[in-house]
Parts: sequence; structure tokens; C-alpha cells
Amino acid sequence: MTDATATAGTVATPSSGPPTSFLQSIVNRLVIIVPYVWLLFFFLIPFVIVFKISLSDTARAMPPYVPTFDISKGFGSLLAGLRELDFENYLWLAGDPLYFNAYISSVVVAAISTVLALLVGYPIAYGMARAPATIRPTLLMLVILPFWTSFLIRVYAWIGILKPEGLLNQFLLSVGVISQPLVILNTYAAIFIGIVYSYLPFMVLPLYSSLEKMDHSLIEAAQDLGCPPITAFWKITFPLSLPGVVAGCLLVFIPAAGEFVIPDLLGGSRTLMIGRTLWNEFNSNGDWPVASAVAVVLLLILIVPIVLFQHMQAKAQEQGR
Amino acid sequence: MNTVWSRFNIASIVLGFAFLYLPIVLLVVFSFNESKLVTVWGGFSTKWYVSLFHNQGLMDAAWVTIRVGLISATVATVLGTLAALTLTRYTRFKGRLLFSGMVFAPLVMPEVITGLSLLLLFVAVNLDRGFFTLTLAHITFSMCFVAVVVQSRLLTFDRSLEEAAMDLGAPPVKTFFQITLPVILPAIVSGWMLAFTLSIDDLVISSFTSGPGATTLPMKIYSQVRLGVTPEINAACTILIGLVATGVVIASVVNKQREVQRLRDEQIALRG
Repeated sequence: MTDATATAGTVATPSSGPPTSFLQSIVNRLVIIVPYVWLLFFFLIPFVIVFKISLSDTARAMPPYVPTFDISKGFGSLLAGLRELDFENYLWLAGDPLYFNAYISSVVVAAISTVLALLVGYPIAYGMARAPATIRPTLLMLVILPFWTSFLIRVYAWIGILKPEGLLNQFLLSVGVISQPLVILNTYAAIFIGIVYSYLPFMVLPLYSSLEKMDHSLIEAAQDLGCPPITAFWKITFPLSLPGVVAGCLLVFIPAAGEFVIPDLLGGSRTLMIGRTLWNEFNSNGDWPVASAVAVVLLLILIVPIVLFQHMQAKAQEQGR
Repeated sequence: MNTVWSRFNIASIVLGFAFLYLPIVLLVVFSFNESKLVTVWGGFSTKWYVSLFHNQGLMDAAWVTIRVGLISATVATVLGTLAALTLTRYTRFKGRLLFSGMVFAPLVMPEVITGLSLLLLFVAVNLDRGFFTLTLAHITFSMCFVAVVVQSRLLTFDRSLEEAAMDLGAPPVKTFFQITLPVILPAIVSGWMLAFTLSIDDLVISSFTSGPGATTLPMKIYSQVRLGVTPEINAACTILIGLVATGVVIASVVNKQREVQRLRDEQIALRG
């Protein structure tokens, strides 16, 4: 669909039907205003507060930062408070290699996990799209079902599997593949497994929906003309599934980069990820300003993929109309 | 060729589903383990379920979790449905771009960021952390998921039904309740269920926004898991999985019946 037709289709709603009455226009406004105000207050404004606190100094008080703005003390104290804000916490982050390494390792871990999830998820989604139409809804439900069971529980289940005396090692030892238990728990490998496992439905679903829409006669035409199946896949199937690939990768990469539960339960103390650094900074060290600065920088790193994701959502919405 | 479901396809689906379900199956199996060692089979026993129900801390946490889940899912469903209507029906108003951004961003936002920002908001407005703040936080992140679910139904909704009703003189609000709402109701129901599941499942945002006296089940499980893996946790997890699985299966059966009914009704309507 071209942009011109997309906009033409969206103009002038809701205008059909009888002219709107006064009462109706109030209802119309409320439909917009109620969720709008809620999200402004509970989603957007909190970010502004995080940014403000990231510029504040740590203090031994409750709340543990200065300055705190108190409107009742008048405009002067507000201005004085504003002058106290500075980028000290960000300099602190930049000067400490711990944070830098944590950011790098989070992005790398999330990227590797995303690629692994794509490699695991693509054949599943492809198989589902090729399945007989009668069993596709069942397969789809089976992919979604684990998502409905607790995330924490699914991560927890892997501890029993991966630990040195766990089920995987018991199995491999009894089969005789290995003679020494593998050390997987408390390494990056365990984090990869945890992320791929937990986020696999997010990868499979968009892939499936783009593969299912694909016209299979294109492949047949290519093969009739002598194109080998692998070439046909790379020249036709994969390019046509690209929107699904991008959506799936974003849905895995963005949350994985800030993941806390998986590195905490499966990664052990020697692995480094920024979600856990932020958590510790806040809960163990009680340093709210530094934790806020960590969050702001993480958000800046993720802003490009997030905007890309929103753009794709908006486009899909225009096309669905 | 079109109908051939190759061996490769079947193998990848079987392996994929084994990967998805094996950990959950093992978890359930070992909740019936006699032995205290979670990964060594010592015979069948239900004693961990018995000791679970005598664990007052876990029971209290379960009660908090269910209450927060019911309240937040219900409010989130109302707000999320309004947001979905806004996104699909009101295409031109000031700040629409910001609005759609605020609906979609929480879907992928790392939980530590959302949790921290909500906590700082509650501190800034001097709201004591506890049951109330926990519920507000859950409403906020789950309403966006409801919005997406309901929105996708609204996009495929045949507007001519509404137009017909309004041409016949039904006021828009009445049209909504008599025509639109019944049609999108399955989506609203699944939105509610999604919101409820997200709420009873959440750990990170809850840990930031909750306070004394409002410990949820995931928070409790998390703190026990950190101390060591016990079969009791397996038993608690199995009950949760059982509840959710039952709910999902019932919902999908009901949904399917409604869908069949709807198609039949539409057929009749078109013919008549």
C-alpha cells in the first residue's frame, strides 16, 4: 500500500453517521483523554522524574537524593534546586569501567541471544506456516501457551536442568556423551539458553504471521524454473519474511538487553548485565541517582530499536485498516 | 508440493515444542518427588503440596497476587479498550503520535526501567508503597497489552454494521454497546486474561513498586529460589501452571464456539 492511499483511507473518521451531538463529543473526548492522561502520568512523567533524579546528588535521607523539589517552599527554592542539578553521575558512569563493561556485555549478550532465537525460531515458524491449515490454530496456541505460564517459573525450571548435578548432566553422563559434568549454570551460556527459551514465542509469532501470508506458488514457480530449494529460500522466502524477522528480533533484543531475572538466576555472580547492575545499585547500594543515570543511559542505547519497533507497529496498523 | 509437509518441517516443530515444554514438564514431574533433592527421583509423593498449604507466607502472598491481578486486570481492560478505540477510530487529534508511542513503548520497555521510574514517581508524589501503588503499576503496563489485543480485533471489524445501526437512528454510544462491544468482546476477554496473567506473573516491576505487607507470589518465590531450590516451590509453580493452563484452554474453547456462532450469525444476516 502506498503512503497516499494509506492516508486517504484514514482521513475523516469518525465522521460517518448522524452529526455528533454535544453529549457525543464529550464521550468522544473522554475516550481519548482517560487513557491519554493515565499514560502521561504513569508512563511519561516518571521518565522525566528519572532524568531529574539522575542529575541529583546522593544523600543520606529519605528519599535518598538532593535536591527534592517542594513547591510549597516557593519559586526561589525551586530555582536554587535547579542550579544544583548536574551531570556528575554520568561522569561517574563514564569513569567506572564496570558500567561500561556491563552495557557492552548486555548489548552483546542480547544480540547473540537474538540471533540464536532467530535460528531456533525460524524453522519452527516455517514448519508451522507449512502445516496443514486444520492444525495451524492448535500449533499457534501451543506456541503461545508457555507465554501464559510464569516467566519466573520457566527460568527457575532451567536451574534444575542446567546445574552440575542437574538433569541435563545426569542424562549426558548416563548416555556416555561426557565423562565430566558440564558447567553451564552460572555462565553466559546459561543466560543465552534462558533468553532464547523465554523469548522464543516473541520470535516465532511475527515470523509465523509473515510466513503464513506468503504465496507458496512463488516457490513452486522458482523450482519449476530450475531453482534449487536453498536458493529459492534465500531469494524468495527469506526476503518476504523480513518484516517478521525484524519484528521478532526487536521483540527479543530490546527486553533482553535490560533483562534482570535471567542473568540473576542463571548467570551467577561472574556474569555482567546492566539490568542487574541497575537493580543492585538501587536495592543493595541504595544509590538512587546513579541507578537513575544507569536507566537513562540504557534507555538512550535502546531508543533506536524502540522507535523502530513503534514505527513498524504504526505501519502495520495503517495496513490493517 | 504445496501440501507436502516435509520431514524437516515436522522435525523442527517437534524439536521446537520439546524445547518449549520439556522444562515445564520436568518441573511438574519433580513437584511430586518424595526426595528433598529437586533433581533426584525418590518416589511419588504429594507431601510438598501439603506443606505448601501450611506455608502461611506463601498463602498470604498468593492472596495479595490474586487481588492485585483481579483489580488491575479489570481497570487495565477498560483503559486498554479505550486506548484501542482511540488508536483505531480517532486518527487525527493533537498528540496522536505521542499517544501511540506511549501505548507501544511499554510492550518492549525493559522492566527495570519501568519499575524504577514508577517507584520514583510514587516517591515524588509521596505515595506510600504498598498494595495501592502495586495495583497502579500493574494497570499501567498491562493496559498497553490489552490495547494491542483489542486494537487488532477492531482493525478487522466491519464498520458497515455500526454505520447501519447509526443510519437507523441509534445514537453512537448505544451503537457501541449494542453492536461494537458484543463483536469485540472475545478480544476484550482475552485482553483481560492476558492482563491478569501478566499481573500475577510480574516480579521486577512489583519489587520496585510494592511495599511492606504487599508481597506477591513471584516476589516470594524469587526470594526462596535465591536461598535454594526446593520441591515446595515446584509444587507452587505446578499449581500456577495448572490454573493458567485450565484458564487458557477454557477461554480458547469458548472463543472458538463464539467464533463459530458469530460466523453463522453473519451468514444469516447476509442472507436475510
